[in-house]
Amino acid sequence: MRQPDQSTQVGTLAVEVQNVTKNYGTFTALKDINLGIKDNEFFTMLGPSGCGKTTLLRSIAGFESISKGDLLLYGENIADLPPNKRPVNTVFQQYALFPHMNVTSNVMFGLERLGHSATDAKRRAREVLAMVQLTQFADRLPSQLSGGQQQRVALARALAPNPKVLLLDEPLSALDLKLRQSVRVELQQLQHETGITFVFVTHDQEEALTMSDRIAVMSNGQVQQVGTPVEIYEHPVNRFVADFIGDTNIIDVTVTKTTGQSATCRLPDGSTLLCEANDGAAEGTGHISIRPERIRLCNPGTGQLDGRIKSRVYLGTDLNVHVTLKDGTDVKARIQNTDGIDIPNVGEPVDLRLEASGTRLLVD
Amino acid sequence: MAGPQLKSTDTDNSNYAGLGPWLLLPSWLVIGFFLVLPVGLMLIYSFLTKEFRGGVVWDFSPAAYDQFFFDRGLFGDSAPTIELTYISIFWRSIWQAAVATILCLLIGFPTAWFIATKTGSNRTIWLFLITIPYWVNLLIRTISMKFLIRDNGPLNELLLSIGLISEPIHMINTNFAVQLGLFYSYLPFMVLPIYASVERYNFALSEAAADLYATKWVTLTKIILPVVKPGVIAGCILVFVPSLGAFLAPDLLGGAKNFMIGSLIEEQFKGNAGNWPFGAAASMILLSMVLVILTIYARQQVKAGDR
Repeated sequence: MRQPDQSTQVGTLAVEVQNVTKNYGTFTALKDINLGIKDNEFFTMLGPSGCGKTTLLRSIAGFESISKGDLLLYGENIADLPPNKRPVNTVFQQYALFPHMNVTSNVMFGLERLGHSATDAKRRAREVLAMVQLTQFADRLPSQLSGGQQQRVALARALAPNPKVLLLDEPLSALDLKLRQSVRVELQQLQHETGITFVFVTHDQEEALTMSDRIAVMSNGQVQQVGTPVEIYEHPVNRFVADFIGDTNIIDVTVTKTTGQSATCRLPDGSTLLCEANDGAAEGTGHISIRPERIRLCNPGTGQLDGRIKSRVYLGTDLNVHVTLKDGTDVKARIQNTDGIDIPNVGEPVDLRLEASGTRLLVD
Repeated sequence: MAGPQLKSTDTDNSNYAGLGPWLLLPSWLVIGFFLVLPVGLMLIYSFLTKEFRGGVVWDFSPAAYDQFFFDRGLFGDSAPTIELTYISIFWRSIWQAAVATILCLLIGFPTAWFIATKTGSNRTIWLFLITIPYWVNLLIRTISMKFLIRDNGPLNELLLSIGLISEPIHMINTNFAVQLGLFYSYLPFMVLPIYASVERYNFALSEAAADLYATKWVTLTKIILPVVKPGVIAGCILVFVPSLGAFLAPDLLGGAKNFMIGSLIEEQFKGNAGNWPFGAAASMILLSMVLVILTIYARQQVKAGDR
């Protein structure tokens, strides 16, 4: 399904993807994609592997030719330009640093191709290297640097020509967890400092949620939803988005009544719930998504759903509690480890209390 | 240069203690019998006096080197001047070998690139095809080449019949024929090492170059060639060195005018007319030249290893 393009109303568009389709033989990698990426935005394309996010990024860079549609960069059609004629730069997944050149020469490469003088290019290289805190490594070869340093060289090299749009192809995936977390912050700062539009590709939802201004969730070569991290997490438009972003309980229900933004559903155990719904939610069968952290445990008889504790897992800051409802449906709840919490033992009855805002009727 | 640093494990494996030197024995035997002994013999022979029906007299004499570099007139009593005959043969050989190397590079590089960019099983087939002709003896292949490029050979006939030329091109017994022969003999030695380095080439580097506004030409000269350079240099040496000492192609395709070092040396050891010390001296001079070239290559490799 296609989302209405929410971005066309405000601001200049850095990248416009219009009805883009990409076929490899009989396989369709991108199906009629429409996207608007705003100027000076940190935009993330998120999805599982094979969803087409990298293909779309590579199409914007010019490494893949699109089969149908148009690609506009600040209003100018770039679909037929070769990569070296497009004013965008890429940070590659494995960095692709030139192994025979030192850090400075790597960073100067793009500037020299654009006709900058050697002194000019060198000055700019020094400036960008300072920005990524690599000044003292300027004369090293890529092989003499750690993974994190190489990643910053790749970033510096792509930023040096001051591209209109910076494309980042899973640049953090080769780093270890600790480093990844600190680089996230640095990337975000860098984007604010430079004011360059960042288009970031990742399969890591946490990365996407923490860094992005807006996210496009993709699967099967289609954009499922475009929105801010909050919109994507709190108001997923369909089952795929709800399931892919964060942890959730998906329960089959019968929708008995819809009124504007809310709907009344009957669960398999016979209880009814009020939940949020999108416009156009229809009565009949459907599913709801309940976020585990939006569930409260309460004494039997005081909540909306009755069940029994199936298991409890202590995680330090939280506890994961599995509750089995009367009809056998399993519901996971995530309870914050606050002072004086009292969770019943396994096998004991418990009630669940749900807020309408944490429960959402999904459209497939 | 890259490579694992093997620490001695003698202390850990006391069973093998003291066995080390003996394990090296096969290598020492091979090096001794096939390298040190022949080269040493050649060095000694080059300083002996020639016997008239071939062979040597065991008297020390620098006459062979003297004959190579200096002209002392017909009776050996004039003031010495620089002898140009052999130097010019050497010079021509270097020239021929260099042209053959460049030809091999121009054809071999795209070929290697073509093969290396094929997918798995296709590569194997192409590599196999490249090596097939080399299952046939070099002599036979060189003679076949001679028949192919004769004045009334199939190549000329073909060109005549399609009207590209009006009379046969004379190719046999020319420099061109020698270069063609050398090129044909040693092409795989160029293709295979270049293939090996292109196969390891990370094509994301070409994308990165294009992304940074490089044209295809700039990508080739500034990124691809420097990165695959070790393979190119190895290929050039593997073609240049044997081309320099080749005698089949020059003999069979070049005729008397296009004499090369290989033929000169070969002649010194053939029948009764030869001059063994002179042949040995010429070989030593050739060997020295090759060593100089290899040293330059080794230096390059060390520099590359520093990276």
